[in-house]
Amino acid sequence: MSVLHPRTPATRSSITQEQRHGANGLLVLPALLMFVVFALVPLAGAVVLSFTQWDGLGDIGWAGRRNWSDVVKDPVTGNALVLTFKIIVVSWLVQTPISLLLGVFTAGTQRYRAALAALYFVPLLLSSAAVAIAFKAILDPHFGIGGAPGLHFLAQNWLGDPDLVLYVVVFVIAWQFVPFHTLLYQAAVRQIPASLYEAATIDGAGRLKQFRYVTLPQLRGTLITSSTLMVTGSLTYFDVVFVLTGGGPGNSTRLLPLDMYLTGFAANDMGRASVLAVILVVIGLGLAFALTRFTGFSRMRSEQEGL
Amino acid sequence: MATTTTPAAGPRTRPAAPLGPARPRTVRSRPNVPAAVAGLVWLAVIILPIYYVVITSLRGQAGFFSGNPLAPTRNLTLDNYAKVLDSGFWTYFLNSVVVTAASVAVTVALSLMAAYAVVRGRGRLVRSAFSVFLLGLAIPVHATIIPLYYMITRVHLYDSLLALILPSIGFAVPVTVLILANFIRDIPRELFESMRLDGGSDGRILWHLVVPLARPALVTVGIYDALHVWNGFLFPLILTQSPDKRVLPMALWTFQGEYTVDVPAVLAAVVLSTLPMLAAYLVGRRYLIRGLTAGFSR
Repeated sequence: MSVLHPRTPATRSSITQEQRHGANGLLVLPALLMFVVFALVPLAGAVVLSFTQWDGLGDIGWAGRRNWSDVVKDPVTGNALVLTFKIIVVSWLVQTPISLLLGVFTAGTQRYRAALAALYFVPLLLSSAAVAIAFKAILDPHFGIGGAPGLHFLAQNWLGDPDLVLYVVVFVIAWQFVPFHTLLYQAAVRQIPASLYEAATIDGAGRLKQFRYVTLPQLRGTLITSSTLMVTGSLTYFDVVFVLTGGGPGNSTRLLPLDMYLTGFAANDMGRASVLAVILVVIGLGLAFALTRFTGFSRMRSEQEGL
Repeated sequence: MATTTTPAAGPRTRPAAPLGPARPRTVRSRPNVPAAVAGLVWLAVIILPIYYVVITSLRGQAGFFSGNPLAPTRNLTLDNYAKVLDSGFWTYFLNSVVVTAASVAVTVALSLMAAYAVVRGRGRLVRSAFSVFLLGLAIPVHATIIPLYYMITRVHLYDSLLALILPSIGFAVPVTVLILANFIRDIPRELFESMRLDGGSDGRILWHLVVPLARPALVTVGIYDALHVWNGFLFPLILTQSPDKRVLPMALWTFQGEYTVDVPAVLAAVVLSTLPMLAAYLVGRRYLIRGLTAGFSR
C-alpha cells in the first residue's frame, strides 16, 4: 500500500499548499460510479446469484449451497478447469518466444523491418469474431487453404478432431495476440540504451551473446508485464473459441468462460453459471496477485499510479 | 516455395540466434540473413490467412468450390460485397459507430475528471478510488455478465444500444483513468498552481490546461478504448437480440450462421467489418500503436 502515497513525508506547509490548490476530489465520483455500478456490483451479484436458482427469465429462488456442490462434482467443470490451465500454459509457451523475438526483430531500424512490422500488426485490427470466422473458412478441410498446391498437408480436419482442436485454438489465439505482445517487446527494446550494445561490441560480443547478455536481461520487466497480461487474458479467450468451435467437438474446447456461458445461457441454469463465474474471478485475481507477488509486477503498477 | 522451405527450416529451429541487437546504427553490422528469413516466415503466417480471406471474398460461388484457393482468378467479382451491403450492413455499421462513439466519449470525459482528481486531489476518497480502479484491471468481464444481464433486463434496457454503452463505459474506465493519470502527473505543478491563484475553477483548469496539454494522451487512450468497444462481442451477444440492434461483430456471427454455405459472402462481411479499423490504422498508425501499448510499456 505504501506505493499509493510515496510523498508521505511531506512537510506540513506543503500539505496545506496542496489542500488549497488541489482539485476537488468529488470529480472522481462519476467515473467511480460507472465502474462500481457496472463492474463491482455485478461482481458481487455473481456471488449472490451463485446461491440461487434462476433460469434467466422467471423468478429467482434460493438454492443454498446446491449449485456449489453440483459444480464441484460435475466432471464437465473439472474438464473445463483442466482445459483452461492447459491453454494458459501452452499459449504462454507459444506466444512468449515468438513475441519476444519478433519484438527484437521489429525494433531494428532497417527499412524492411519497419515494413514488415506494419504488416505484422494487421491482426490487431480484426475483431475476435472476424478472426474466428476467417479461420473457420481457412481451416476447412475441403475448401480451405489446404486446397492450394504445396499446402496439402494443411488439409486436415482441424476443428473436428478432438486431439487437434485445442492446438488449433492456441494457434488462432497466437495469431491474434502475438502482434500485441510484439508491440510491448518492440517498445521495450527500443528503450535499451545503445551504449550497452556499443560496450558489448567493444568487448567482442557477437550477435548471439549480445542478445543473451544485453537484450534479454533488459527485457525482464516487459517479460513479466507481457506474461501477466497473457495469463490473465487467457481467462477471457471466450469470443474466439465460442465462434470457432462453440466448445466442441464434444467438450474438447469448453474452456471455463465458455462453460459458464453455455451453462447459463444455453442450459438456462444461471445459478450454476454464477458459481463458474465466481471461480473464474477467483482464478483471475489469484493469478494476477501471484504474478504480482512473485515477479515484482507491482513495479508496473507503481509506474501507472500517477501519485 | 518448395526450394525455400529447406534452408528456412534450419534457422527456424534455433530462432534465438538470428535476431540481433536493436540499434545497429552506430555499429555497422553485416545483414542478419537468418533473422530476415525468420521474419519472412512469420510474414507468411500473418499474410496467407488475410490473403485467403480477401481473395475468397472476391470469388463467385462457383469459383470457390473449384481450383486452387490461393490463385488469383480472372473472374473476380464484387457481388459478395453487394450482397453483404444489402443485408443490413449499414444498420449494423451505424450501430457500431453509435455504441463506440458514445462509449468512448463518456469514458474519456469521466476518466479525465477522475484522473485529474486523482493526481491533484487529496483525501481518502481519491486514494481509495484509485485502488478500486487498480483492482478493476484484474476483473474478468465474463464473470460479471450474468448479473449484468439481470440488471439490464430489470431496468428494461435489454436489447437497446444503451445496454451496450453503459457496461462498456464501466469496464473501460479503470484503464483509461490509469493511463490519463499517468500523463497528467507529468504536467508541471506550477501550471496548476498559477491557474488556481488566478482564480481558475476545476472546470477552467480541466478545459484550458489539462485538455490542451493532454491531447495526445486523450487521442491515444480514446483509440485504445474505441478498438475494444468496436470489436467487443460479449456484451452484444448477451444484451441484445433483434437485428436492428446488432453491432458489426454480432452481425458477422449471425451472417455466418445464416449463410454457412456461402463462404465468399461471409468473408466479404469479415473484410467489410474490418475496413473502418484498417482505415484508422492507415491514417493514425502511430496513435493506434501507442494506444495499444499505453500504460503497459516503459
